[in-house]
Amino acid sequence: MQCDICAKKKATVHLTEIVDEQMSEMHLCEECARQKSSQMEQQFGLADLLAGLGDFGKQLKDAEKVNIQCSNCAMSYDDFRKFGRLGCNKCYDSFKTHLSTLLKKIHGSNQHFGKSPVRIPQEERRKIESLQDLKNHLMQAIQMEDFEKAAQLRDKIREIEEKGSV
Amino acid sequence: MKLDDFIHNTGQWLKGAGEHANIVMSSRVRLARNLSLKPFPNKARKKDLMEVFSAVEAAMQQIEFFKKVVFLRIWELDSIDKQFLIERHLMSHEHATSPEGKALVVSDEEVLSVMINEEDHLRIQVMQSGLNLDASWKMANSIDDALSEKLDFAYSINWGYLTACPTNTGTALRGSVMLHLPALVMTKQIGKVLTAVSKLSFASRGFYGEGTQASGNFYQISNQVSMGHSETDVIQNINGLIRQVIEQEEQARQALLVQNRPMLEDKIYRSLGILKTSRIISSQETVELLSMVRLGIDLDIAKDVSRKAINELFIMIQPAHLQKIEGKKLTSTERDAKRASLIRQKLGGF
Repeated sequence: MQCDICAKKKATVHLTEIVDEQMSEMHLCEECARQKSSQMEQQFGLADLLAGLGDFGKQLKDAEKVNIQCSNCAMSYDDFRKFGRLGCNKCYDSFKTHLSTLLKKIHGSNQHFGKSPVRIPQEERRKIESLQDLKNHLMQAIQMEDFEKAAQLRDKIREIEEKGSV
Repeated sequence: MKLDDFIHNTGQWLKGAGEHANIVMSSRVRLARNLSLKPFPNKARKKDLMEVFSAVEAAMQQIEFFKKVVFLRIWELDSIDKQFLIERHLMSHEHATSPEGKALVVSDEEVLSVMINEEDHLRIQVMQSGLNLDASWKMANSIDDALSEKLDFAYSINWGYLTACPTNTGTALRGSVMLHLPALVMTKQIGKVLTAVSKLSFASRGFYGEGTQASGNFYQISNQVSMGHSETDVIQNINGLIRQVIEQEEQARQALLVQNRPMLEDKIYRSLGILKTSRIISSQETVELLSMVRLGIDLDIAKDVSRKAINELFIMIQPAHLQKIEGKKLTSTERDAKRASLIRQKLGGF
């Protein structure tokens, strides 16, 4: 039996995975098994979070495959799903729709609240500051249950965000 | 300072000082950063990695803080040196594999370390003794600001700092605290505490890093979520959770003392006795015994032993440390003997 990953060497390690009560089997050569196991170790911290997503480490069926590639580094979305690592910062643009859902699943939010780098163009900085301001007001409006105001603020935030990249 | 000088010192985080130093060994803040438009390390070719390395090195040379650091090129190190740095919690296992283009920057007293070209281009880590996340965050933040004046970091308005793994995207901040929880283990309450921790979206792992089992009753608790909350909120949330765990451990310690002080004293003195007299000892046994003595110091049962000495031994008794001290490769049997003699020497045994 040949290795499922490199398809070159003889498979000597047999791995059974059960994800969401679905059992899958992998047959690997020693070298690929070692690589897979170090990947699994690296993703150890993700396990809890990603358990609900079930994408990583699972053999994708043809129907589940997404045929997109990053325009900058040529990383395919399917490879990202397999290994759990993106290829470059442009991947975030290339896989925007999919990542938006994924980030929300992982973090419970797909909006950054926090610092920004010192060296960004002035115009971009102003945009960030006004956006941050609006986000704070939105949180306040929700807490005060002023949903009409919250809806207006939400639309404003969307408008600014759509003008900017990612 | 050179790599070989490290062996004569230990990191500031082992000092046993700072707030709640009886239960909290250390606090750590880590920020992940990538250079814009360069492929992330997993997708980068050797040329890309070397360009990132050179750009980061040049930026650091212009920053005052980095004037006094040690700059280590991982590809120039032998396997014992690499293991030695992992054992000191200065870098990850991942950083030691395929070392091409990878580097490690370490500051005085090992408070700051920066891994270059690990999973992300930069992993900035600040680690200090005791419960000290606020100060660690402040330091990491100002180093990050200084670097971002010289380098273009991958960042988006909506998603914050862009990292190789989406579990880090956003603030790319991981705050973690290493706790010594022997009483919660002995009173069998640790499972309950860890379940509560994971329900609150925090992760726990062992003393010797990611993927390791808890040993010596050490547990590392860190935030999992990095988007949707500001850095200061994340730090505040971890602090809040840690204070609750500390309170649980304090209560369990008091309960043990009230219920069975003689049994506890016996365990602590026996542990100290073995450490001070053994001739051959495994690392697993050492870690268990050191944990009991550490508890003994906190409860004022084990006297004439310093917490700093015990903390340092947790690091010094590891294989690469023993071999660096001895200055040569040692077999596993030789290490067990060297370990025993090092402990006797450090604790004034006979």
